[in-house]
Amino acid sequence: MPEIKVDCTNQTCPVPLVETRKALRKAKEGDVVEVTGTHPASKKEIPMAVKALGLELMDVQEKDGVWKIRIRR
Amino acid sequence: MGNKATIIVHSGDMDKIYSALIVANGALAMGMEVSLYFTFWGLQRLKKGALEKGPLSKMNMLGLGKWMVKRRMKKAGVASLERLLQDFRELGGKILACDMTMEVMGMKKEDLRDDLISEYCAVGTYITEARESSVTLFI
Repeated sequence: MPEIKVDCTNQTCPVPLVETRKALRKAKEGDVVEVTGTHPASKKEIPMAVKALGLELMDVQEKDGVWKIRIRR
Repeated sequence: MGNKATIIVHSGDMDKIYSALIVANGALAMGMEVSLYFTFWGLQRLKKGALEKGPLSKMNMLGLGKWMVKRRMKKAGVASLERLLQDFRELGGKILACDMTMEVMGMKKEDLRDDLISEYCAVGTYITEARESSVTLFI
């Protein structure tokens, strides 16, 4: 199963949210999108978008101010 | 009803164009449909080469304030208006242009970035879209 990686490190609002959505649109059903970033609000808001889109939030991790969010389309 | 946002972009000020595009892109990213209805000073920003040309709505100080804000935005990693507009289109956002403004301001289709504009229309189109929207803003 392909895993699509999106790097939004040092990007601010609304780029992490928008790049996540762009990647999810390109992904096929079952694909996993992994977004990495540092913008604090996006760590909360990407999961909100995942919920609104009816997709599966697999995992949210943070280490030293860098978060990783995994989503299954 | 409920899955759509319709925004009137009346101001051509740089900071307000940012507000409109950020809200619009956020809504698209969260799965909503979005229409931006550009009118009056907002529509000026859709002229070729004019997107980034708006002044700051407050403390523009003949462009000095804008320059300082732009510099801080760059440092903070804020995307350019052009990038936000391209993202808006890529995520399926719709741009409507007010034809009355075009007539009043003497603008022609060839003066505008026609490739970005889905429709040239009037208030009836705006209301048709706005009445089925759960989010409507006037910026």
